[in-house]
Amino acid sequence: MSKLSPVLSAHWDEADSFTLEGYKRHGGYNAVSKALAMTPDEVIALVKDSGLRGRGGAGFPTGMKWSFIPQGDNKAHYLVVNADESEPGTCKDMPLLMANPHVLIEGMIIASYAIRANYAFIYIRGEVVHVVRRVQQAIADAYAAGLLGKNIGGKGFDLELVLHIGAGAYICGEETALLDSLEGFRGQPRLRPPFPAIAGLYALPTVVNNVESIASVPAIIEHGNEWFQAMGTEKSKGFTLYSLSGHVKNPGQIEAPLGITLRELLELAGGVRSGHTLKFWTPGGSSTPLFTAEHLDVPLDYEGVAAAGSMLGTKALQIFDETTCVVRAVLRWTEFYKHESCGKCTPCREGTWWLVQIIRDLEAGKGTPADLDKLIDITNNIAGRSFCALADGAASPIISSIKYFRAEYEAHLTHGGCPFDPIASTIFATVGQP
Amino acid sequence: MTPENAVMTDVEMVTVVIDGFDVTVPKGTLVIRAAEKLGIQIPRFCDHPLLSPAGACRQCLVDIEINGRAFPKPQASCTIPVENGMIVKTQLTSEVADKAQKGIMELLLINHPLDCPVCDKGGECPLQNQAMSNGRSESRYEGVKRTFEKPVSISSQVLLDRERCVLCARCTRFSEEIAGDPFITLNERGALQQVGIYEKDPFLSYFSGNTVQICPVGALTGASYRFRSRPFDLVSTPSACEHCASGCSMRTDVRRGKTLRRLAGEDAEVNEEWNCDKGRWAFKYISSKERIAGPMVRGEDGELHEASWPQALARAAAGLKGKRAGVLVGGRSTVEDAYAYAKFARVALNTNDIDFRSRLHSDEEAVFLASRGVNFNVSYRDLDKADHVVLVDFEPEDESPIVFLRLYKQVRKRGLKVTTLSPVLSRGSEKLGAAIVEDIASISGLSEKSVIVVGERAAEVIGQFTSVVKLAQSTKAKVAWIPRRAGEVGAVVAGAIGNLLPGGRPVADPAARVDIASVWGVESLPAAHGKATWEILEAAGDGRLDAVVIGGVDPLDISSEALGQLLGASTFVLSLEISHSAITAIADVVLPVAAVSEKSGSFLNWEGRPRFFEKAIADSLTRSDLRILSMLADEMGTPINLPSSQAAAKELQSIGEWDGAKADAPSVSPATLTAPSGDQAILHSWRQLLDLGTLQNGEPNLAGTARAAHVLISANRAKSLGLSNGDLVKVSTARGSITAPAQIGKISDSAIWVPRNSIGSQCIANLGAASGLVVTVVKA
Repeated sequence: MSKLSPVLSAHWDEADSFTLEGYKRHGGYNAVSKALAMTPDEVIALVKDSGLRGRGGAGFPTGMKWSFIPQGDNKAHYLVVNADESEPGTCKDMPLLMANPHVLIEGMIIASYAIRANYAFIYIRGEVVHVVRRVQQAIADAYAAGLLGKNIGGKGFDLELVLHIGAGAYICGEETALLDSLEGFRGQPRLRPPFPAIAGLYALPTVVNNVESIASVPAIIEHGNEWFQAMGTEKSKGFTLYSLSGHVKNPGQIEAPLGITLRELLELAGGVRSGHTLKFWTPGGSSTPLFTAEHLDVPLDYEGVAAAGSMLGTKALQIFDETTCVVRAVLRWTEFYKHESCGKCTPCREGTWWLVQIIRDLEAGKGTPADLDKLIDITNNIAGRSFCALADGAASPIISSIKYFRAEYEAHLTHGGCPFDPIASTIFATVGQP
Repeated sequence: MTPENAVMTDVEMVTVVIDGFDVTVPKGTLVIRAAEKLGIQIPRFCDHPLLSPAGACRQCLVDIEINGRAFPKPQASCTIPVENGMIVKTQLTSEVADKAQKGIMELLLINHPLDCPVCDKGGECPLQNQAMSNGRSESRYEGVKRTFEKPVSISSQVLLDRERCVLCARCTRFSEEIAGDPFITLNERGALQQVGIYEKDPFLSYFSGNTVQICPVGALTGASYRFRSRPFDLVSTPSACEHCASGCSMRTDVRRGKTLRRLAGEDAEVNEEWNCDKGRWAFKYISSKERIAGPMVRGEDGELHEASWPQALARAAAGLKGKRAGVLVGGRSTVEDAYAYAKFARVALNTNDIDFRSRLHSDEEAVFLASRGVNFNVSYRDLDKADHVVLVDFEPEDESPIVFLRLYKQVRKRGLKVTTLSPVLSRGSEKLGAAIVEDIASISGLSEKSVIVVGERAAEVIGQFTSVVKLAQSTKAKVAWIPRRAGEVGAVVAGAIGNLLPGGRPVADPAARVDIASVWGVESLPAAHGKATWEILEAAGDGRLDAVVIGGVDPLDISSEALGQLLGASTFVLSLEISHSAITAIADVVLPVAAVSEKSGSFLNWEGRPRFFEKAIADSLTRSDLRILSMLADEMGTPINLPSSQAAAKELQSIGEWDGAKADAPSVSPATLTAPSGDQAILHSWRQLLDLGTLQNGEPNLAGTARAAHVLISANRAKSLGLSNGDLVKVSTARGSITAPAQIGKISDSAIWVPRNSIGSQCIANLGAASGLVVTVVKA
């Protein structure tokens, strides 16, 4: 098990890991004292030097984002944590908040101190009621313990932490749409510039970070950059949570250094479900181009995945074995994007509406091979043309699946429908089968 | 170099290359706008030069590189400001941009019904046009189009066909950013996104028609124009709005002698590209059933009978020639018509008894207008640049809507400070973030960059004009007088008031009289100050005048008694009117006059800016007031020689502005009001933009968005009367009463407010007064 690097998940197996007591037992909130003894600029510099990059998908250096907040501007600053985890396949922030909410709160105190924010917000998905309750309790406990509120740790730093429960829209995971939603408006992405660092929440300087990014901060403060940089690869430092789901023996979260390969992760997870072989997988959720078995040894860090033609994304590894019809999988994802398109811009709104109809026809065996080229052309008219990155994500599975599995699409046309048995790909199908 | 040019040179300029051509534009200019400078038209839907960028439709994608670094994806040229070193390739020089635009167009059309043959927008549709210029010839879409129930009423005057909508958000941005009425919004998501209204708040905006005009497809249509016409059947004439003193530039579209619609014209200095719903939709009065078809003369039987023009003119001349007569012009005349009335009064009737003020007025006001001269030296630009605007007895949203839009623009853009002298915080004032002041003495913070806007209702407050002039003198602030009606400013300049001759010449000044007498070719002009409207009506009622000439006056705008007095008297009444009215009912001779769209001429807006318009209904046989007055003067043997509006305009221009001493400013002490007690309150009112005004006749869709009558009372008064919002309140005087639902709002405890001339609340008719009066307020 040397490949594992449990930091955030180190104590998830303890019954009371989510409590303040459980968290403190392992040195929780020590990093706050340490950080508050530093100047805010020193904290920013430390996080910047650590090489920590955003864990929400884009991989933007966290410390650099903090340093964009104008200082001495006599304005209020805000920290907003994006806990609207909604990328298909992604299940890292919710388990983390379920098992260890205090590590996020601790990270938020440190980050707010660094960017001189006295108000911080967690924007969380409304559907995950159990997680919401746990975070609410954790915030209440932190307040009661004097870790939030006025004069934290007696160091004169004030922080109010607000948990905001979203109404469940994929677009609200986009940071500017999230800010609109947080302000009480309908969540639709905002025009940039101005960027949130200049005019974010209530038009004031705002840092928006992913849960995991902020939760990684206390450990960096506590153990230092040398410790952190010992993990990971040259440009992708540290540990991270990989979420494995689908046709894998033991699905779940695996915390490992950046740069681990799917081959190694599958070993840790017990392999593809027995009797089957890997067909395709997403490296970072459905918005990242698909990989196949030939990518098993691609290092799962920002650079490695990009070099192989995809994106690390949220590190949501959805595993599909040979029973899965790629056309059907892509159709499901496309239906998701159509359902979640916010409607603001033409390519995403109209394009996803159209794509679903085309792929549905293809899956039903209607059409000709020329329709595949039409599908590619229309997808290319959508990708890179939209207001935010959501439409690019919608295009990823289509373009990449045709790249690797064009023959399978064509087989639907010659077969007059899907040549796969859909039941064979379900989890329950394995029971009692040879 | 003029100061304005100096400002221009201060702007930092940026040079960019677009499709191989250099263009230099002010820093901050958007790429799409810079391309326009070169004549390069980048297709667009959501982009609008007066709205904030949205970047939503993605139709205007172009390739951009800055200092050799190319954007990886095509960029929306409507959202990106130019930078030095920027190289832009539009659809004309970039295959990527061209493909991107064609791709977006194809996507926009997949859910669009392509019902152009039955769509109002067909023939003038940006989607149709740009699909031709920047789209594929054939769609590859074979799927199912999104459909909706159609149409949806956004309001009684705006209809929405959701399936046609391209979701550019122009209408919602306009309503929020320009009008301050965010009552429509986009809701739902994805392809089901749609424009909608709120469940509880209707789309009651005075500016809603602009959303129809800027809709780039046929999604929003005007209820009164829908399915009435094809754009290519219309003959368009540039025109000016006759409804208020804002001075909107307009376009009047006529088909076979009938006005089918009016649109806001473009004038960056005045109305930009907007107008109000009254200006847009209130034009049906022209074709009203009450329209007077030909001259009429009252017979022995006491009834009006049709007559020939010679008969009617002879009868009118007989009734006026050599008689003591007064002239009431009404506030809606063109400059040229007002000038004809002014000349007719002096030359044919030998009197200064002429007044254009067909509303509550005062001598103090007349003195104020005379002392002001005719070069007002205040404009919309002064409002744009003002550091503080004070509104005195003036509600811009109701009384001059484009002034409201200009103020709102500055309030939104830079937090312009607005103060309103009023006991009421109206919805318009609330949108302007205005501070209420009840006493002119407590207005502070004025400089030479401030503007005091005084409305016509200042005439209802004794000493108000005097105080305004004093305040302006002590602070160097500019004063703008903004009356409601479109013809009033022109009437002052034309001399259609008892103390002024044309060009601002004081009647009392012998040199001024000599000036005008020589132009008019008469020996002398009457020297006595003319009577004001109320005096003319009174004198006509009690026999001090033998005759009155009345053009476009509703006596109930002035007093509830005037008509009764006229009826009882043996005074000869000549009425020049468009439609039958209370005046034509008692007139001895009725001469039908042309409406604005049936003649050419001009108005002066509140800035004194001429607003010329051409005859929109080319084959109309109706005659303008000045033509009729000219014929009548000929018949009387005292010609005024004004055969056409051009002749009148030329003569007025040749007279020019008075360069002698102006009249002294008014000096009237304010009256001390007794504080009301108990059930009593001081009545306040003004006319709402949409009300019972006669020029709004015949347009029920427009009337459907009028704000319903209510009695505005303070929370304390509501409490003492035991009233909640919506409970009926009775406001009464010795003359009568108004009963309407209560609305608890921001108003002084001693005051109440009702609309002046709305359904269920007609102050002068119902209460005998419109403001300043003590009324009794009880729960009904």
